Amino acid sequence: MNDDGGVLDRYVSLVDDEAAFRAACERPLPSVVRVNTLAADADRVARAFDEEGTEYERAGWHDGIFRMADRSPGTTWPYAHGWVHGQEEVSCLPALALDPEPGTRVWDTCAAPGSKTTQMAAQMDDTGVLVGNDTSLGRLSALRHNAERLGVTNLVVDQQDARNYSLNGFGFEEFDATLVDAPCSCEGTIRKNPDAFDTWTLDHVHEVAGIQKGILRRAVQATRPGGTVVYSTCTFAPEENEAVLDHVLREEDCEIVEWDCPLESVSGVTEWHDEEYDPSVARATRIYPHHNDTGGFFLAKLRVGGDGDGDAAGDDAAEGSEVTA
Amino acid sequence: MSDDAAGDGAPGNDGSQFDRLPATAAEREVEGRATRAEVLDWWRERFGVPPETFEDHTFWEKGKGKIWVFADDLPSPQEREGVGMTVLRTRQEHWKPTTTAVRKWGHLARKNVIGLSSGQATAFAAGHDQDLPEWDGDWGYLIATHELAGDRVPIGVGLYLYDELRSVVPKGYQEELPDLGE
Repeated sequence: MNDDGGVLDRYVSLVDDEAAFRAACERPLPSVVRVNTLAADADRVARAFDEEGTEYERAGWHDGIFRMADRSPGTTWPYAHGWVHGQEEVSCLPALALDPEPGTRVWDTCAAPGSKTTQMAAQMDDTGVLVGNDTSLGRLSALRHNAERLGVTNLVVDQQDARNYSLNGFGFEEFDATLVDAPCSCEGTIRKNPDAFDTWTLDHVHEVAGIQKGILRRAVQATRPGGTVVYSTCTFAPEENEAVLDHVLREEDCEIVEWDCPLESVSGVTEWHDEEYDPSVARATRIYPHHNDTGGFFLAKLRVGGDGDGDAAGDDAAEGSEVTA
Repeated sequence: MSDDAAGDGAPGNDGSQFDRLPATAAEREVEGRATRAEVLDWWRERFGVPPETFEDHTFWEKGKGKIWVFADDLPSPQEREGVGMTVLRTRQEHWKPTTTAVRKWGHLARKNVIGLSSGQATAFAAGHDQDLPEWDGDWGYLIATHELAGDRVPIGVGLYLYDELRSVVPKGYQEELPDLGE
Protein backbone atom coordinates (compact mmCIF):
# COMPACT_ATOMS: atom_id res chain seq x y z
CA MET A 1 0.00 0.00 0.00
CA ASN A 2 1.26 3.45 -0.84
CA ASP A 3 1.42 6.02 1.88
CA ASP A 4 0.15 9.02 0.02
CA GLY A 5 0.77 11.35 2.96
CA GLY A 6 -2.65 12.86 2.39
CA VAL A 7 -1.80 14.11 -1.09
CA LEU A 8 -4.75 12.30 -2.67
CA ASP A 9 -7.13 13.91 -0.13
CA ARG A 10 -6.63 17.18 -1.99
CA TYR A 11 -8.35 15.81 -5.06
CA VAL A 12 -11.25 13.88 -3.60
CA SER A 13 -13.60 16.78 -4.33
CA LEU A 14 -12.60 16.63 -8.01
CA VAL A 15 -13.20 12.92 -8.69
CA ASP A 16 -16.50 11.19 -9.34
CA ASP A 17 -15.70 7.99 -7.46
CA GLU A 18 -13.37 8.41 -4.50
CA ALA A 19 -13.11 4.70 -3.65
CA ALA A 20 -12.29 3.69 -7.22
CA PHE A 21 -9.79 6.56 -7.46
CA ARG A 22 -7.96 5.53 -4.28
CA ALA A 23 -8.04 1.83 -5.20
CA ALA A 24 -6.63 2.45 -8.67
CA CYS A 25 -3.80 4.53 -7.22
CA GLU A 26 -2.83 1.51 -5.08
CA ARG A 27 -2.55 -0.93 -7.99
CA PRO A 28 0.63 -1.38 -9.97
CA LEU A 29 0.48 -0.19 -13.55
CA PRO A 30 0.17 -2.69 -16.41
CA SER A 31 3.22 -3.04 -18.67
CA VAL A 32 2.39 -1.50 -22.05
CA VAL A 33 4.27 -1.10 -25.33
CA ARG A 34 3.64 1.16 -28.31
CA VAL A 35 4.37 -0.07 -31.83
CA ASN A 36 7.15 1.88 -33.56
CA THR A 37 5.56 2.27 -36.98
CA LEU A 38 8.91 3.40 -38.43
CA ALA A 39 10.02 -0.22 -38.11
CA ALA A 40 6.94 -2.46 -38.22
CA ASP A 41 3.17 -2.36 -38.29
CA ALA A 42 1.00 -3.59 -35.44
CA ASP A 43 -0.04 -6.85 -37.09
CA ARG A 44 3.57 -7.80 -37.76
CA VAL A 45 4.39 -7.12 -34.10
CA ALA A 46 1.44 -9.31 -33.06
CA ARG A 47 2.65 -12.12 -35.32
CA ALA A 48 6.19 -11.90 -33.91
CA PHE A 49 4.90 -11.96 -30.32
CA ASP A 50 2.79 -15.01 -31.25
CA GLU A 51 5.77 -16.82 -32.79
CA GLU A 52 7.91 -16.43 -29.68
CA GLY A 53 5.04 -17.12 -27.26
CA THR A 54 4.81 -13.67 -25.70
CA GLU A 55 1.33 -13.05 -24.35
CA TYR A 56 -0.37 -9.71 -24.76
CA GLU A 57 -3.71 -8.00 -25.10
CA ARG A 58 -4.30 -5.31 -27.70
CA ALA A 59 -5.79 -2.03 -26.50
CA GLY A 60 -9.26 -1.48 -27.92
CA TRP A 61 -8.80 2.25 -28.41
CA HIS A 62 -5.52 2.18 -30.32
CA ASP A 63 -4.25 -0.35 -32.86
CA GLY A 64 -0.60 0.13 -31.93
CA ILE A 65 -0.79 -0.39 -28.15
CA PHE A 66 -0.17 -3.80 -26.57
CA ARG A 67 -0.62 -4.65 -22.88
CA MET A 68 1.98 -7.24 -21.93
CA ALA A 69 0.81 -10.23 -19.89
CA ASP A 70 4.03 -10.97 -18.01
CA ARG A 71 7.39 -11.05 -19.76
CA SER A 72 9.32 -7.81 -19.61
CA PRO A 73 9.09 -6.37 -23.13
CA GLY A 74 12.89 -5.93 -23.14
CA THR A 75 13.41 -9.68 -23.57
CA THR A 76 11.26 -10.03 -26.70
CA TRP A 77 12.35 -10.05 -30.34
CA PRO A 78 10.06 -7.16 -31.36
CA TYR A 79 11.74 -5.03 -28.69
CA ALA A 80 15.22 -6.12 -29.78
CA HIS A 81 14.37 -5.05 -33.33
CA GLY A 82 13.10 -1.64 -32.22
CA TRP A 83 9.55 -2.53 -33.29
CA VAL A 84 8.07 -1.60 -29.90
CA HIS A 85 8.81 0.84 -27.10
CA GLY A 86 7.66 0.68 -23.49
CA GLN A 87 5.21 3.55 -23.06
CA GLU A 88 2.26 3.98 -20.76
CA GLU A 89 -1.15 4.30 -22.42
CA VAL A 90 -1.91 7.85 -21.25
CA SER A 91 1.59 8.89 -22.27
CA CYS A 92 0.60 8.19 -25.90
CA LEU A 93 -2.06 10.93 -25.80
CA PRO A 94 -0.04 14.18 -26.16
CA ALA A 95 1.45 13.17 -29.52
CA LEU A 96 -1.97 12.02 -30.73
CA ALA A 97 -3.43 15.41 -29.74
CA LEU A 98 -0.59 17.35 -31.40
CA ASP A 99 -0.76 15.13 -34.51
CA PRO A 100 2.42 16.45 -36.18
CA GLU A 101 2.54 15.92 -39.93
CA PRO A 102 5.41 14.67 -42.11
CA GLY A 103 7.82 17.33 -43.34
CA THR A 104 7.00 19.89 -40.64
CA ARG A 105 9.07 21.50 -37.89
CA VAL A 106 8.21 20.33 -34.42
CA TRP A 107 9.63 21.20 -31.01
CA ASP A 108 9.49 18.91 -28.01
CA THR A 109 10.40 21.26 -25.16
CA CYS A 110 11.04 18.65 -22.44
CA ALA A 111 11.77 15.61 -24.54
CA ALA A 112 13.85 13.19 -22.48
CA PRO A 113 13.71 10.22 -22.20
CA GLY A 114 11.85 10.38 -25.49
CA SER A 115 8.76 8.13 -25.53
CA LYS A 116 6.58 10.93 -26.85
CA THR A 117 9.38 12.33 -29.01
CA THR A 118 9.90 9.05 -30.85
CA GLN A 119 6.12 8.65 -31.20
CA MET A 120 6.03 12.05 -32.93
CA ALA A 121 8.95 11.06 -35.16
CA ALA A 122 6.86 8.12 -36.33
CA GLN A 123 3.82 10.34 -36.92
CA MET A 124 6.08 12.59 -39.02
CA ASP A 125 7.19 9.51 -40.95
CA ASP A 126 10.76 10.35 -39.89
CA THR A 127 10.80 13.47 -42.11
CA GLY A 128 11.01 17.20 -41.39
CA VAL A 129 12.81 18.55 -38.34
CA LEU A 130 11.94 17.36 -34.85
CA VAL A 131 13.82 19.17 -32.09
CA GLY A 132 14.03 17.25 -28.82
CA ASN A 133 15.19 19.57 -26.08
CA ASP A 134 15.93 18.93 -22.43
CA THR A 135 18.16 20.37 -19.75
CA SER A 136 19.86 17.38 -18.20
CA LEU A 137 22.72 15.76 -20.12
CA GLY A 138 22.03 12.41 -18.46
CA ARG A 139 18.42 12.46 -19.59
CA LEU A 140 19.48 13.59 -23.07
CA SER A 141 21.66 10.53 -23.29
CA ALA A 142 18.55 8.39 -22.66
CA LEU A 143 16.69 10.37 -25.33
CA ARG A 144 19.46 9.78 -27.86
CA HIS A 145 19.60 6.10 -27.02
CA ASN A 146 15.84 5.63 -27.43
CA ALA A 147 15.77 7.55 -30.71
CA GLU A 148 18.66 5.46 -32.09
CA ARG A 149 17.09 2.24 -30.90
CA LEU A 150 13.88 3.09 -32.75
CA GLY A 151 15.65 4.23 -35.92
CA VAL A 152 14.71 7.93 -35.73
CA THR A 153 16.70 10.15 -38.12
CA ASN A 154 14.69 13.40 -38.07
CA LEU A 155 15.59 14.34 -34.48
CA VAL A 156 17.92 17.14 -33.40
CA VAL A 157 18.83 16.73 -29.73
CA ASP A 158 19.37 20.06 -27.99
CA GLN A 159 20.20 21.21 -24.48
CA GLN A 160 18.70 24.58 -23.59
CA ASP A 161 16.48 26.08 -20.91
CA ALA A 162 13.13 25.84 -22.70
CA ARG A 163 11.93 29.07 -21.01
CA ASN A 164 14.24 31.16 -23.17
CA TYR A 165 14.82 28.73 -26.01
CA SER A 166 16.72 30.14 -28.99
CA LEU A 167 16.19 28.94 -32.57
CA ASN A 168 19.55 30.35 -33.63
CA GLY A 169 21.35 28.11 -36.07
CA PHE A 170 18.35 26.24 -37.45
CA GLY A 171 17.79 28.48 -40.45
CA PHE A 172 14.11 28.90 -39.56
CA GLU A 173 12.34 31.17 -37.09
CA GLU A 174 9.38 29.22 -35.76
CA PHE A 175 7.91 25.77 -35.31
CA ASP A 176 4.69 24.42 -36.80
CA ALA A 177 3.80 22.49 -33.66
CA THR A 178 5.16 22.23 -30.14
CA LEU A 179 4.74 19.77 -27.30
CA VAL A 180 5.16 20.91 -23.71
CA ASP A 181 5.16 17.72 -21.67
CA ALA A 182 6.14 19.67 -18.61
CA PRO A 183 8.22 18.67 -15.61
CA CYS A 184 5.69 18.30 -12.79
CA SER A 185 5.07 16.88 -9.33
CA CYS A 186 4.20 13.56 -11.01
CA GLU A 187 1.29 12.71 -8.71
CA GLY A 188 -0.32 10.74 -11.53
CA THR A 189 2.64 8.34 -11.72
CA ILE A 190 2.01 6.99 -8.20
CA ARG A 191 1.18 3.54 -9.63
CA LYS A 192 4.55 3.38 -11.38
CA ASN A 193 6.58 5.25 -8.76
CA PRO A 194 5.22 4.33 -5.32
CA ASP A 195 7.49 6.96 -3.73
CA ALA A 196 6.12 9.79 -5.89
CA PHE A 197 4.46 11.38 -2.85
CA ASP A 198 7.45 11.08 -0.50
CA THR A 199 8.92 14.38 -1.57
CA TRP A 200 5.64 16.14 -2.32
CA THR A 201 5.29 19.66 -0.89
CA LEU A 202 2.98 22.51 -1.82
CA ASP A 203 6.04 24.71 -2.18
CA HIS A 204 7.39 22.37 -4.83
CA VAL A 205 4.05 22.44 -6.66
CA HIS A 206 4.18 26.24 -6.78
CA GLU A 207 7.82 26.28 -7.78
CA VAL A 208 7.33 23.84 -10.65
CA ALA A 209 4.20 25.74 -11.76
CA GLY A 210 6.39 28.79 -12.29
CA ILE A 211 8.66 26.78 -14.56
CA GLN A 212 5.67 25.34 -16.43
CA LYS A 213 4.29 28.81 -17.12
CA GLY A 214 7.66 29.94 -18.47
CA ILE A 215 8.00 26.95 -20.78
CA LEU A 216 4.43 27.12 -22.10
CA ARG A 217 4.74 30.86 -22.80
CA ARG A 218 7.96 30.30 -24.77
CA ALA A 219 6.30 27.43 -26.64
CA VAL A 220 3.44 29.68 -27.78
CA GLN A 221 5.92 32.40 -28.82
CA ALA A 222 8.07 29.96 -30.81
CA THR A 223 5.15 28.41 -32.70
CA ARG A 224 3.80 30.01 -35.87
CA PRO A 225 0.39 31.71 -35.99
CA GLY A 226 -2.25 29.03 -36.46
CA GLY A 227 0.14 26.37 -35.18
CA THR A 228 -0.62 23.96 -32.37
CA VAL A 229 0.82 23.64 -28.87
CA VAL A 230 -0.07 20.75 -26.60
CA TYR A 231 0.45 21.09 -22.85
CA SER A 232 0.52 17.96 -20.72
CA THR A 233 1.52 16.82 -17.24
CA CYS A 234 1.20 13.62 -15.26
CA THR A 235 -0.16 15.35 -12.20
CA PHE A 236 -3.56 16.15 -10.67
CA ALA A 237 -2.74 19.54 -9.11
CA PRO A 238 -4.77 22.34 -10.76
CA GLU A 239 -1.92 24.70 -9.80
CA GLU A 240 0.21 22.88 -12.39
CA ASN A 241 -2.54 22.39 -14.95
CA GLU A 242 -5.51 24.75 -15.36
CA ALA A 243 -3.72 27.57 -13.50
CA VAL A 244 -0.81 27.35 -15.94
CA LEU A 245 -3.20 27.50 -18.90
CA ASP A 246 -5.08 30.42 -17.32
CA HIS A 247 -1.81 32.33 -16.94
CA VAL A 248 -0.69 31.72 -20.53
CA LEU A 249 -4.12 32.60 -21.96
CA ARG A 250 -3.73 36.00 -20.31
CA GLU A 251 -0.11 36.57 -21.30
CA GLU A 252 0.08 35.18 -24.86
CA ASP A 253 -2.04 35.17 -28.02
CA CYS A 254 -3.55 31.69 -28.00
CA GLU A 255 -6.74 29.77 -27.26
CA ILE A 256 -7.60 26.34 -25.94
CA VAL A 257 -9.34 24.18 -28.54
CA GLU A 258 -11.42 21.02 -28.26
CA TRP A 259 -9.93 17.66 -29.16
CA ASP A 260 -11.39 14.16 -29.13
CA CYS A 261 -9.77 12.23 -26.32
CA PRO A 262 -9.92 8.53 -27.18
CA LEU A 263 -9.88 7.51 -23.51
CA GLU A 264 -12.46 8.13 -20.78
CA SER A 265 -11.79 11.53 -19.28
CA VAL A 266 -13.37 14.57 -17.63
CA SER A 267 -13.13 18.30 -18.28
CA GLY A 268 -10.61 20.69 -16.80
CA VAL A 269 -11.69 22.43 -13.58
CA THR A 270 -12.54 26.14 -13.65
CA GLU A 271 -12.37 26.71 -9.88
CA TRP A 272 -9.89 25.55 -7.27
CA HIS A 273 -9.20 26.79 -3.72
CA ASP A 274 -10.80 30.24 -4.17
CA GLU A 275 -9.19 30.67 -7.58
CA GLU A 276 -11.28 31.03 -10.69
CA TYR A 277 -9.84 30.22 -14.10
CA ASP A 278 -10.69 31.23 -17.67
CA PRO A 279 -13.84 29.23 -18.56
CA SER A 280 -12.10 27.75 -21.64
CA VAL A 281 -9.81 25.64 -19.43
CA ALA A 282 -12.82 23.31 -19.25
CA ARG A 283 -11.77 22.19 -22.76
CA ALA A 284 -8.70 20.59 -21.20
CA THR A 285 -8.69 16.87 -20.44
CA ARG A 286 -8.28 15.24 -17.01
CA ILE A 287 -7.72 11.52 -16.74
CA TYR A 288 -7.80 9.79 -13.38
CA PRO A 289 -6.25 6.35 -12.85
CA HIS A 290 -9.61 4.61 -12.30
CA HIS A 291 -11.04 5.85 -15.61
CA ASN A 292 -9.04 3.56 -17.89
CA ASP A 293 -6.73 1.65 -15.51
CA THR A 294 -3.83 3.95 -16.42
CA GLY A 295 -1.74 6.59 -14.72
CA GLY A 296 -3.20 10.04 -14.08
CA PHE A 297 -2.83 12.65 -16.80
CA PHE A 298 -3.69 16.18 -17.88
CA LEU A 299 -3.68 17.59 -21.39
CA ALA A 300 -4.77 20.70 -23.29
CA LYS A 301 -4.52 21.55 -26.97
CA LEU A 302 -3.89 25.19 -27.84
CA ARG A 303 -4.07 27.08 -31.11
CA VAL A 304 -1.60 29.92 -31.47
CA GLY A 305 -3.37 33.16 -32.42
CA GLY A 306 -2.90 35.33 -35.46
CA ASP A 307 -3.47 34.69 -39.13
CA GLY A 308 -2.33 31.29 -40.16
CA ASP A 309 -3.36 27.91 -41.36
CA GLY A 310 -5.28 26.32 -38.53
CA ASP A 311 -3.79 22.98 -39.33
CA ALA A 312 -0.85 22.00 -37.16
CA ALA A 313 1.09 21.23 -40.29
CA GLY A 314 0.61 23.44 -43.26
CA ASP A 315 1.23 22.45 -46.87
CA ASP A 316 3.45 25.47 -47.00
CA ALA A 317 5.72 24.11 -44.32
CA ALA A 318 8.40 23.25 -46.82
CA GLU A 319 8.65 26.88 -47.88
CA GLY A 320 11.76 28.59 -46.71
CA SER A 321 13.35 25.30 -45.82
CA GLU A 322 16.35 26.08 -48.00
CA VAL A 323 19.29 26.78 -45.83
CA THR A 324 22.56 28.40 -46.54
CA ALA A 325 25.43 26.21 -45.63
CA MET B 1 33.52 25.85 -40.54
CA SER B 2 36.29 27.70 -38.83
CA ASP B 3 38.32 25.34 -36.77
CA ASP B 4 42.03 25.89 -36.90
CA ALA B 5 43.06 23.30 -34.34
CA ALA B 6 45.77 22.21 -36.73
CA GLY B 7 47.48 25.46 -35.86
CA ASP B 8 48.15 26.48 -39.43
CA GLY B 9 44.74 27.92 -40.21
CA ALA B 10 43.62 24.78 -42.03
CA PRO B 11 40.18 23.63 -40.99
CA GLY B 12 40.25 20.58 -38.75
CA ASN B 13 37.76 18.23 -37.22
CA ASP B 14 36.08 19.80 -34.16
CA GLY B 15 34.76 17.14 -31.83
CA SER B 16 32.23 19.47 -30.21
CA GLN B 17 30.09 20.15 -33.28
CA PHE B 18 28.36 18.46 -36.17
CA ASP B 19 29.82 19.31 -39.60
CA ARG B 20 28.01 18.32 -42.76
CA LEU B 21 30.04 16.02 -45.00
CA PRO B 22 31.29 17.58 -48.22
CA ALA B 23 29.51 16.29 -51.32
CA THR B 24 32.68 15.13 -53.02
CA ALA B 25 36.44 15.00 -52.49
CA ALA B 26 36.81 18.22 -54.53
CA GLU B 27 34.85 20.07 -51.82
CA ARG B 28 36.67 18.50 -48.89
CA GLU B 29 38.25 21.03 -46.51
CA VAL B 30 38.87 18.84 -43.49
CA GLU B 31 41.56 16.23 -43.93
CA GLY B 32 40.43 12.65 -43.63
CA ARG B 33 36.74 13.50 -43.60
CA ALA B 34 34.52 11.12 -45.54
CA THR B 35 32.44 12.63 -48.34
CA ARG B 36 28.76 12.08 -49.04
CA ALA B 37 29.68 10.37 -52.30
CA GLU B 38 32.03 7.97 -50.49
CA VAL B 39 29.37 7.11 -47.92
CA LEU B 40 26.77 6.35 -50.61
CA ASP B 41 29.33 4.34 -52.58
CA TRP B 42 30.26 2.36 -49.49
CA TRP B 43 26.68 1.32 -48.78
CA ARG B 44 26.22 0.32 -52.41
CA GLU B 45 29.49 -1.56 -52.72
CA ARG B 46 29.49 -3.30 -49.38
CA PHE B 47 25.79 -4.17 -49.06
CA GLY B 48 24.13 -3.26 -52.36
CA VAL B 49 21.99 -0.61 -50.65
CA PRO B 50 20.88 1.81 -53.42
CA PRO B 51 22.17 5.40 -53.06
CA GLU B 52 18.61 6.72 -53.55
CA THR B 53 17.86 5.32 -50.07
CA PHE B 54 19.58 8.39 -48.63
CA GLU B 55 18.42 10.89 -51.24
CA ASP B 56 16.68 13.18 -48.75
CA HIS B 57 19.19 12.67 -45.93
CA THR B 58 22.26 14.68 -44.99
CA PHE B 59 25.41 13.18 -43.43
CA TRP B 60 27.37 14.76 -40.58
CA GLU B 61 30.60 14.08 -38.72
CA LYS B 62 31.01 14.66 -35.00
CA GLY B 63 34.00 13.33 -33.19
CA LYS B 64 36.66 11.43 -35.04
CA GLY B 65 35.08 9.45 -37.84
CA LYS B 66 31.61 9.03 -36.36
CA ILE B 67 29.06 9.73 -39.10
CA TRP B 68 25.45 10.71 -38.36
CA VAL B 69 22.53 10.66 -40.77
CA PHE B 70 19.78 13.28 -40.58
CA ALA B 71 16.42 13.18 -42.38
CA ASP B 72 16.43 16.81 -43.52
CA ASP B 73 18.91 19.62 -44.01
CA LEU B 74 20.26 22.23 -41.59
CA PRO B 75 22.96 24.89 -41.73
CA SER B 76 26.42 23.54 -40.91
CA PRO B 77 27.92 23.40 -38.35
CA GLN B 78 25.40 22.45 -35.66
CA GLU B 79 26.37 22.74 -32.01
CA ARG B 80 23.85 20.20 -30.66
CA GLU B 81 23.77 17.05 -28.60
CA GLY B 82 22.55 15.01 -31.54
CA VAL B 83 21.73 15.42 -35.24
CA GLY B 84 19.86 12.36 -36.52
CA MET B 85 21.36 8.98 -35.67
CA THR B 86 24.77 7.36 -35.99
CA VAL B 87 25.18 5.42 -39.20
CA LEU B 88 28.85 4.65 -39.82
CA ARG B 89 32.33 4.69 -38.31
CA THR B 90 34.93 6.07 -40.74
CA ARG B 91 38.58 7.16 -40.48
CA GLN B 92 39.63 3.53 -40.11
CA GLU B 93 40.70 0.93 -42.66
CA HIS B 94 37.40 -0.95 -42.65
CA TRP B 95 34.38 1.26 -42.23
CA LYS B 96 31.85 -0.15 -39.81
CA PRO B 97 28.08 0.33 -40.00
CA THR B 98 26.22 0.91 -36.74
CA THR B 99 23.81 -1.67 -35.35
CA THR B 100 20.97 0.83 -35.59
CA ALA B 101 21.71 1.69 -39.23
CA VAL B 102 21.77 -1.98 -40.15
CA ARG B 103 18.46 -2.50 -38.37
CA LYS B 104 16.94 0.44 -40.24
CA TRP B 105 18.29 -0.15 -43.77
CA GLY B 106 19.60 -3.74 -43.64
CA HIS B 107 16.45 -5.07 -45.31
CA LEU B 108 17.57 -3.22 -48.47
CA ALA B 109 20.94 -5.03 -48.55
CA ARG B 110 21.58 -7.44 -51.46
CA LYS B 111 24.99 -8.81 -50.47
CA ASN B 112 27.10 -9.56 -47.41
CA VAL B 113 23.94 -10.59 -45.60
CA ILE B 114 24.13 -13.77 -43.54
CA GLY B 115 20.94 -15.60 -42.63
CA LEU B 116 21.06 -17.22 -39.20
CA SER B 117 19.06 -20.15 -37.87
CA SER B 118 16.89 -19.52 -34.83
CA GLY B 119 19.52 -20.89 -32.43
CA GLN B 120 22.30 -18.91 -34.10
CA ALA B 121 20.16 -15.76 -34.01
CA THR B 122 19.59 -16.11 -30.28
CA ALA B 123 23.34 -16.57 -29.67
CA PHE B 124 24.18 -13.65 -31.93
CA ALA B 125 21.73 -11.30 -30.21
CA ALA B 126 23.25 -12.22 -26.84
CA GLY B 127 26.66 -11.13 -28.14
CA HIS B 128 28.22 -14.57 -28.58
CA ASP B 129 30.77 -15.38 -31.30
CA GLN B 130 30.16 -18.63 -33.17
CA ASP B 131 31.88 -20.95 -35.65
CA LEU B 132 30.27 -20.64 -39.05
CA PRO B 133 32.57 -22.33 -41.59
CA GLU B 134 29.75 -22.72 -44.12
CA TRP B 135 29.85 -19.00 -45.02
CA ASP B 136 31.77 -18.69 -48.29
CA GLY B 137 31.22 -14.97 -48.90
CA ASP B 138 33.40 -11.99 -48.06
CA TRP B 139 35.17 -11.52 -44.79
CA GLY B 140 34.55 -8.36 -42.82
CA TYR B 141 31.38 -6.71 -41.65
CA LEU B 142 28.17 -8.56 -42.49
CA ILE B 143 24.50 -7.98 -41.76
CA ALA B 144 23.13 -10.82 -39.67
CA THR B 145 19.44 -11.63 -40.17
CA HIS B 146 16.89 -14.15 -38.98
CA GLU B 147 13.37 -15.17 -39.92
CA LEU B 148 10.61 -13.42 -37.97
CA ALA B 149 6.94 -12.82 -38.75
CA GLY B 150 7.34 -14.04 -42.32
CA ASP B 151 10.38 -12.00 -43.27
CA ARG B 152 14.17 -11.88 -43.01
CA VAL B 153 14.88 -9.27 -40.37
CA PRO B 154 18.30 -7.72 -39.70
CA ILE B 155 19.53 -8.24 -36.12
CA GLY B 156 22.82 -6.39 -36.21
CA VAL B 157 26.39 -6.27 -37.45
CA GLY B 158 28.64 -9.33 -37.50
CA LEU B 159 32.36 -9.46 -38.19
CA TYR B 160 33.32 -12.55 -40.19
CA LEU B 161 36.94 -13.73 -39.87
CA TYR B 162 38.57 -17.20 -40.06
CA ASP B 163 35.35 -19.30 -40.16
CA GLU B 164 33.95 -17.38 -37.19
CA LEU B 165 31.05 -14.92 -36.99
CA ARG B 166 31.73 -12.43 -34.23
CA SER B 167 28.75 -10.59 -32.86
CA VAL B 168 29.56 -6.89 -32.59
CA VAL B 169 26.14 -6.05 -31.17
CA PRO B 170 26.95 -3.36 -28.57
CA LYS B 171 26.53 -4.37 -24.92
CA GLY B 172 23.55 -2.07 -24.51
CA TYR B 173 21.69 -3.91 -27.26
CA GLN B 174 22.68 -7.46 -26.26
CA GLU B 175 19.77 -9.48 -24.90
CA GLU B 176 18.86 -13.07 -24.04
CA LEU B 177 16.01 -13.66 -26.50
CA PRO B 178 13.80 -16.67 -27.12
CA ASP B 179 14.94 -19.37 -29.54
CA LEU B 180 12.14 -19.37 -32.11
CA GLY B 181 12.73 -23.07 -32.90
CA GLU B 182 12.13 -24.63 -36.28
